[in-house]
Formats: sequence, C-alpha cells, structure tokens
Amino acid sequence: MSFYGLVDGTDASLKSYLGNLSGVDQVGAEARAAMLATRSIKTTSKRWAIDTAITMVDLTTLEGADTPGKVKALCTKAVRPDPTDSSVPSVGAVCVYNDMVSVARNHLDLIGGQHVPVAAVSTAFPSGRASMPVKIQDTQDAIDAGAAEIDMVIDRGAFLAGRYIDVFNEIVQIREVCGDKAHLKVIFETGELVTYDNVRKASFLAMAAGADFIKTSTGKVAPAATPPVVLVMLEAVRDFYEMTQVRIGVKPAGGIRNTKDAIKQLVLVNETVGPDWLNPKLFRIGASALLNDLLMQRMKMDDGYYTSPQYVTMD
Amino acid sequence: MSNRIDVKKTYKLFINGAFPRTESGRTYEVKNAKGVFVANPCLASRKDLRDAVVAARAAHAGWNKATAYNRGQILYRIAEMLEGRRGQFVEEIVNVTGATKTKADKEVTESIDRLVWYAGWTDKIASLAGSTNPVAGPFYNFTIPESMGVVAAIAPENPSLLGLIDAVAPIITSGNTVVVLASTKAPLSAMTFAEVLATSDLPAGVINILTGKKDEIAPWMASHMDIDALDISGLSSKKHADIKVAGAENLKRIHSFKSADPGRIIAFMEAKTVWHPIGL
Repeated sequence: MSFYGLVDGTDASLKSYLGNLSGVDQVGAEARAAMLATRSIKTTSKRWAIDTAITMVDLTTLEGADTPGKVKALCTKAVRPDPTDSSVPSVGAVCVYNDMVSVARNHLDLIGGQHVPVAAVSTAFPSGRASMPVKIQDTQDAIDAGAAEIDMVIDRGAFLAGRYIDVFNEIVQIREVCGDKAHLKVIFETGELVTYDNVRKASFLAMAAGADFIKTSTGKVAPAATPPVVLVMLEAVRDFYEMTQVRIGVKPAGGIRNTKDAIKQLVLVNETVGPDWLNPKLFRIGASALLNDLLMQRMKMDDGYYTSPQYVTMD
Repeated sequence: MSNRIDVKKTYKLFINGAFPRTESGRTYEVKNAKGVFVANPCLASRKDLRDAVVAARAAHAGWNKATAYNRGQILYRIAEMLEGRRGQFVEEIVNVTGATKTKADKEVTESIDRLVWYAGWTDKIASLAGSTNPVAGPFYNFTIPESMGVVAAIAPENPSLLGLIDAVAPIITSGNTVVVLASTKAPLSAMTFAEVLATSDLPAGVINILTGKKDEIAPWMASHMDIDALDISGLSSKKHADIKVAGAENLKRIHSFKSADPGRIIAFMEAKTVWHPIGL
C-alpha cells in the first residue's frame, strides 16, 4: 500500500497530512452552492442532463421490508426504466442490502442486465457499529454474492473522537477485501460529521486510504446530500486530483428527489471538477424516488404536456 | 397630513397552504373600473400550475379520507371566517369592479350563504347520487359516488368572489382537491379569500389559487395528465372545443356550469359499484 505517497500508514503521518488541510469557508461554500443552484438548464441541455442523470442513478432500496420480489422489480426498472420507451438508458447500478445481492445479480443476468452492476451496502450499514472481523466478513459475503461495488460506512464515532487512524485502517482493510473485484465507495454520513471541515478531512482521509468513490450519506440521516456538502467533497476531489493525478468519484445520496435537484448536482460537478466527472464512472446519485421524476420530466419534454405519476412504475 | 407610509399588500399565489410568489417572477397590473392602478398580482406560469397540481395531488388522499361531516365543518368554518372579514371583501370588490356598495355587499352575502349551502351537502350528496340497485342474486348492490382526484377550475371573470366560490366549493365538497385560476381582471378578492382559507383549518393543498391569464394557463390545465377533471365555466364558450380536444388524452371530464346546483358536485364524482353478499 503506497497511499499515493501522502501517508505512510502511521498515526503521525496521517495527523500531519490531515492537519495540513486548509479549512472550509462555510459562508463561502454555502453561497457558491446557492449561486450555482440558480443556473437554468433548458431544452436540449436539459434533455442531455436528464439522460446523463439517469445513467448516474444508483437505484436504491434499503428497507427492512425489502423482499426478493421488490428487489427483482427494482432490477427490471434499472435495466429499462421506462417500459414504453427503449431510448431511456439503464441506470448506473442497483444498490441493495447484502443478502439481496445474489437475488439482484441473478435477476439482472436473467433479464439481459449484465451491464448493470450491483452495489452492496456493507460494514454494518447504516450505523457502522460492529467489530472489524464482522465488517470484513460482511464485505466478503457481498463480493462473493456478486457485488461489483461496495458502499461501506465509516465509524463516525471514531472519526468524531479524533481516532482518524482507526477510520483510516478500517478503509484500508476493506479496500484489501475488495481487491480488484469491487469498487469501494466510502460513506461519511455527513449529517453526523456536523462541520464542513470534518467533511473535507474525511474526504482526504478516505481518498488516501484507497476509496474509489466518496459518498455523502446513508440516506437514513437528515440532512444528507445538501449542495454545500457535495461542493466541499467535489473540491476535495479536485484538490486531490491536483496532488496525485488520480480521479476519485463522488456519490451524493439522500434527499435528491426531483430532476431540479439532480441537475443542480450536475452543475456543481461541471463547475467544480469539470466535465470529466460528468460520467457514471466518476459521479453517481444514490436515489429511489428520483428516477420516476426524471422519467416524468423526460416524458414532458417528448410529449409536450405534464404527465402524472400514474404513468411511471411504482416503487 | 399623516407622515405614515402606506402598508400595501403584495398579492401572491396560494399553493399548498403557503403564499409563494410566482416562479416566473412576473406580475401584471390590475386597474379599477375608472382605469386607475390598484395592484400588481402575480402572473402565474405553467410551472406554478404544475407545483399546484403536485400539492393538490398530495392533499387528495387525506381530504378524500376525511369524513363528510368533517369536510362540512371545514366548509362551514370557511363561511364563518369570510363573514368575519366581510367589510374587507366589500371594499375590495367596490374598489376593483366599480360595483356599488349594496351590490358588493350582496355578492359577499351570497358567497357566505353558498359556502354554508355546500357545507350541508357534504354528507348528503352520496344519498342523492348513490343508489341501492336491485340485482338478480343474493347480493346487495350499491352505487357509491366518490371523488375523482385533482380537479382544475377556471373561475368566471364576474362575479369575482362568488364565481370563485361557486367553482371551488362543489369540487371540494365531495373530497376532490382543486387548482383554480381566479378572475384575471378582479383577482384581489380571490387572493384575500386565500387568507380566509389559510385560517379555516383547511388542509394545505386542498384549494390552490392562481392568478394570471386564462389563455396561457387553460391549455396546460387541459393537457396535464395528473388533472382528472376540469371546470371551464370561466372560459369563453368559443374556446371550449379546443380545451376539450386538449383534455382528451387522459379522458378528462370537462364541464361548464351556469348556476349553483347539486349537479355541480356530482359532475366531479365518479360512481363505484359494490356487491355485497346478503347473509343467510
């Protein structure tokens, strides 16, 4: 493990790496996110944005009440979001709990959705409160079942207590389990990290430890993917790219429910890290209700009149 | 001479129980009968209509599930609140339309009485429009009228307050929610009526009021797939055919009315038939 030459794996080197980070200007970040949210995207650009956003959706169901039937229905929707329109692209991935990974993978393969990866939430999602061997086994199970992407949660308790090295080692170990079989997304649960400084710190910590993606939230805690938080993470990704020439992905999740919110996120991406990131390999949106709104907006653009939720599939 | 600066009201829209400005940021001038400027109400856009429909759709489940008795209480409460602010409405109608005080007073009185009348209908309409049907088998067979969902309405230009109430009250009586476009030339009493609604325990989104141009909003109302029915009483009859064509895509029920009668309530209900075995 090289950690990009930024950290040597010791507590001291990690502390000095994180200690050298500049702070976040809270007022400035909020103002900039609010300013970018006023951009108006119309006609052909909007159409492109909607289709791009669809390819970036990690179509998610993370409920205690998930059944194999519900997961299969979700997979069908992921491959062909609008049954009446084959020009709608497939979504970025299907995101489910660990035990549903094999159900999702098998069903996707069955219906011609080999190109849609399955993401599994891991490491005692959503709280992250379990021992390390359990977390490793949890992750290994998901990969064995066919997960190509692992969404792990960090130990927020350790992070807030200042035990950064514990969080760092945790990510490093899960990274090793993932190997080259699975992409690793690291969830911060920004709603529990409280400050933007902490979000920036967690971003740099996770990126150095080997995350492929950094993800805002579990979707179980509010506030989740607010525009300023996403902006702070995108800026961290941009700065990290300047330091290492490595592109890390970003995944906002939670609270992005309509097309307007999704397009705001795309504007943030374009204006902060640039168009290279407008790509499902580097930007995903964790959502469930969002997809229906994107489809309804798309229908409105095609048909010229406002549609109704009755004309999209139920979740 | 008073040094006090006038505190003038900003007339905004009424969507989901709140008073937002139009999304478009546009306004238009309302002048009184003598051509003198009165106010700058919002010129609603199709996106305001869309937002209002989302609010109305979300409100439908709860309003439809409320007991008829409860809906009647709330309609009566609206009448009570309107009675308490009678003077303000008379003044606004006189100011904008140039009607005499006596005539304006009569319109407000009729409006209040109309609300009380519809309040009474909430728990009686099912008996009038429903039925028990004789069938050849050991079953009870009931026809039960139910609300349709979201209904849009275009209120007539004149009378501006009574016309608006005649448009919305029959629609919500049965449990529908409504998005109404108020009189273009005299929208002020509609927006003041929204203040009455906001203090009447009416759940947010059950009545949504827009102000603007009929020709701009009506076609979007007609084509909107999440609007189940449309009252075009306030639209000139020359335009009715075009609106009906635009509304054909989702089989929208489109009606216009000349007067207040229980048929106005029934027009925005749909019949469900229920079979129930007769116990031996």
